[in-house]
Amino acid sequence: MIKIEGLHKSYPIGKDSLHVLKGLDLHIKEGEFVSIMGSSGSGKSTLLNIVGLLDTHDLGNYYLNGQLIQNLNEKKAAVLRNKFLGFVFQSFNLISYKTALENVALPLYYKGIGRKERLKTAQEYLEKVELGPWANHLPNELSGGQKQRVAIARALATKPKVILADEPTGALDSTTTDSVMDLLKGINDEGMTVFVITHEEEVAEQTNRVVRLKDGVIISDELTEIGKSKNASYV
Amino acid sequence: MFDIDAWREIFQSINKNKLRSILSGFTVAFAILLFTLLFGIVNGLQNFFTKAFIDDADNSMFVRTWKTTKPYKGLQSGRIIQLKDEHFDYILEKHSDKIQHISARKYSSARITYKNKQDFYNIRAVHPDHRYLEKTIIDEGRFINQLDLNQKNKVIVIGRLVKKDLFGERPAIGKYVNVSDISYKIVGVFSDEGGDREERNVYMPITTAQKLYGNNDHIDNILIGYSPKLTIDKAVAFGNRLERELRQKLDIHPDDQNALFIRNMAEANKGVGQLTTALFFIVIFVGSGTLIAGIIGISNIMIFSIKERTKEFGIRKALGAKPASIISMVVKESVLITGLAGYLGLLLGTFILNQIGDGLEKYFIHNPSVSSSLVIGATITLVLAGLLAGYLPAKKAAGIKPIVALRAD
Repeated sequence: MIKIEGLHKSYPIGKDSLHVLKGLDLHIKEGEFVSIMGSSGSGKSTLLNIVGLLDTHDLGNYYLNGQLIQNLNEKKAAVLRNKFLGFVFQSFNLISYKTALENVALPLYYKGIGRKERLKTAQEYLEKVELGPWANHLPNELSGGQKQRVAIARALATKPKVILADEPTGALDSTTTDSVMDLLKGINDEGMTVFVITHEEEVAEQTNRVVRLKDGVIISDELTEIGKSKNASYV
Repeated sequence: MFDIDAWREIFQSINKNKLRSILSGFTVAFAILLFTLLFGIVNGLQNFFTKAFIDDADNSMFVRTWKTTKPYKGLQSGRIIQLKDEHFDYILEKHSDKIQHISARKYSSARITYKNKQDFYNIRAVHPDHRYLEKTIIDEGRFINQLDLNQKNKVIVIGRLVKKDLFGERPAIGKYVNVSDISYKIVGVFSDEGGDREERNVYMPITTAQKLYGNNDHIDNILIGYSPKLTIDKAVAFGNRLERELRQKLDIHPDDQNALFIRNMAEANKGVGQLTTALFFIVIFVGSGTLIAGIIGISNIMIFSIKERTKEFGIRKALGAKPASIISMVVKESVLITGLAGYLGLLLGTFILNQIGDGLEKYFIHNPSVSSSLVIGATITLVLAGLLAGYLPAKKAAGIKPIVALRAD
């Protein structure tokens, strides 16, 4: 699903440039539940942004769903994002003047789906994250956990191939963290690829595979206990 | 292409960001309002000037003579200059190609008596063309004609108020009145836009007056309506030339303004024309200043509002919005607001001008109004400005990488 070979990325800082990603190789297959661990500055957010087509890479190859990503303009990137990717952000990134329902329906609008159908679909996904009764509330009337669940519903609405979650629990307390992780696990169980960035061990432990990043290189890539048992059960 | 969903997005954005929308709308509405009022009031000024010169035909000249104040060719000053038929005939003969109407005028005043009613009235003895030069309106009967002139008929045309004084509501045409004890037949009743004073005058044939009062060929003034084919500059030149010729004929010093004076409306018209042109340029200057201020206002608000929405655009792009859809959303919103607000400003402006009406007549403003094409033009300018003001920053914002836009606060 996601295949990265020799990925490099640097940011210009004044006259110098900061080399953030130094030749990453990573292969994530369809249906995997992967977490990227690393301290701040390790390059994990940069990696997610490149994978999410929110940013471009300098060197190396990136294949999304078998398609080589290169020379993307904003328009093509927008189409690919809409088709393959769903985002969940640490700061939720809901549009403040739209209701929960309208926020969930927004990516469907950009997909070109009619209003009736899009609101119906959005309502279904809100119910999936157990926020059906909150459909007509504005984001500032919801708690942090509820907002993140709206964001997850929004990410799911277009039935993407991959869910990209950047510190999805970073702004949440431990109880809501668990409910959000349960939700992501459930999504993964339904066969969707989930790609989580975190610096919390407890979060990483709940995924199937942990990739540890330090100073722009992968220092370890191994299955978690859950991952091992799942693999065992497959075998 | 009408996309109801796109407009739903735009209406929601306007509706949920009321302060921003109202502010930008207010700027535009205010600019158009000022623009409308400014143009309306200047139009009112122009209307007033046009109206002020409406009494006499605006392509006329007025020749009068009086005492000389300067000795000339051995003649003393203090000599009274008398215009005569020969001068009238000379002008008519020499300049017939430049003249549309011409009339002499001889003044007197007399007691006019009808039955037991009588009063003193000013009498003007004139040629038939006089009615065109003074814009006399014939209410009943007729004006002096050539036959009256040839036969020196004892006929008069009386003003509306003279008729009212002497006859009240009863008919006056065909009745005989005594003018200084000579019996005249009333052949016409006239009114005049120049007002009450004009309507207390009485007209009679110049030849009759010359014969009965002095038995000479004297005349007091000559009124000339120059041909409408003459340009203003040519009409001014005609007046100057006529003045030189008459001075020579009458032996008047070239600088003696008291002895001979020609009031040429062409010169006054030229002055009014210049004033109107000057006003027009002032209005263009101030009006475009107002519009530019409005345009800058919209641009500022659009730039600010787009900056504020950078994160929202980042979210939309992460969800699959193409740059073009973001630009189109912002531009449509901007055009909708400027268009609506401009229309409101226009309505309010024309409403205020209508309310003013003729209320500012004493400040030289008559019937202030604006042509709709002008105001529509101004509104279109502002809408185009709104389009540009929305497009430029929106294009910039839409081009920002989503990752940068998402980081914005």
